[in-house]
Amino acid sequence: MYNGGKILIGLLIFVGLVTFPYWDNIGKATVKPDPKVDTPEIMKLPESERKCVEATSFIKTEHMKLLNEWRDWVVRDADGVYTNAEGRKYTMSLQNTCMKCHSNKTKFCDECHNYVDVKPYCWDCHIAPKEKEI
Amino acid sequence: MSIKRREFLKLAGISTVLGFGGVSAVTGLRRTLEASEVMPNPEALVAKKWGMVVDMSKFKTEEDYQRCIDACNHVHNVPSIDNPKKEIKWIWEEHYENAFPGNEAPYLSEKIKELPFLVLCNHCTNPPCVRVCPTKATFKRKSDGIVMMDMHRCIGCRFCMAACPYGARSFNWEDPRPFIKKEQGNYPNPEFPTRTKGVVEKCTFCYERLAKGLKPACVEASKGALLFGDLEDPNSEVRQVLGSRYSFRRRPELGTQPNVYYIF
Repeated sequence: MYNGGKILIGLLIFVGLVTFPYWDNIGKATVKPDPKVDTPEIMKLPESERKCVEATSFIKTEHMKLLNEWRDWVVRDADGVYTNAEGRKYTMSLQNTCMKCHSNKTKFCDECHNYVDVKPYCWDCHIAPKEKEI
Repeated sequence: MSIKRREFLKLAGISTVLGFGGVSAVTGLRRTLEASEVMPNPEALVAKKWGMVVDMSKFKTEEDYQRCIDACNHVHNVPSIDNPKKEIKWIWEEHYENAFPGNEAPYLSEKIKELPFLVLCNHCTNPPCVRVCPTKATFKRKSDGIVMMDMHRCIGCRFCMAACPYGARSFNWEDPRPFIKKEQGNYPNPEFPTRTKGVVEKCTFCYERLAKGLKPACVEASKGALLFGDLEDPNSEVRQVLGSRYSFRRRPELGTQPNVYYIF
């Protein structure tokens, strides 16, 4: 191999750079996200009423799609009321429905969004509720 | 085995017809939420075509105008920016020569010349802003004729501002939040979003209030100087007034068919 030493050193540097994010993070404990749903608004409700618009598992994975759908229904079709599988009715609104219960944006939204490093632009326009100390 | 071009085209055609072509993620979502459904709020005010009548005879003092403008600005978190190049307007005052250009007769009474007219988006039946929008961020709602904005889609190209002959659209050159007026203990209005830098905004005929069964904020504040109702309903208040009094619209020669009428 011509210039074998140089190639090997080059390769080593290359592999090192590419894998940098991995070994840079080794040993660093990342705090597991722990979103909180214990806002005063939710705690006020009786146990049986503490339910989200849809099942928790569904909301966990699909909330962003549901919000997009809600927006289209409200803005484009002038449909304002959402009836879920259980027949409960909700006004479709991030600011006036979701955040009325989940009044803890930092511990509810940001907790996971920061962990997975997504930056949804909801709060550029929508107004987050004022957070109270629990 | 290779597939002939002709066979490929046939297959593509058939699958498109059968609807295999455009299955989106959202269709999947709809299926998982089979039991859920959406509907308009039963209390919502509904109309085939919303329209407004501005009764200029009832605007006597500056306060009469300001009441309507302030009501709108507060409800929608409209910022007040002094620089006229950057200002945001939903409903505002305009002199006759600017509101109705081409109609300035040489001996027009001073009173009319100096009179400010209250102007806003005309929610045209044939809106040029909608025609030019490349993303369908602005669109004419089929159910009630409101020319709407979907802020999530607006890319800030400002074609609509160039197309609108009434100057009813404003662009956010910077983050509007610091410019929202501090109202009594309610700043900004927590029920309505603000806008962000880089989107175009305008009057929406208070679609969010109509959905709750309330008339637009300016109409409510006007003490009867602004009338609001269904232009397709011959028994509505607006149609009664239009049927009995002389009315005019802004720049009718353009064929945009404005739905905001003025009477004296």
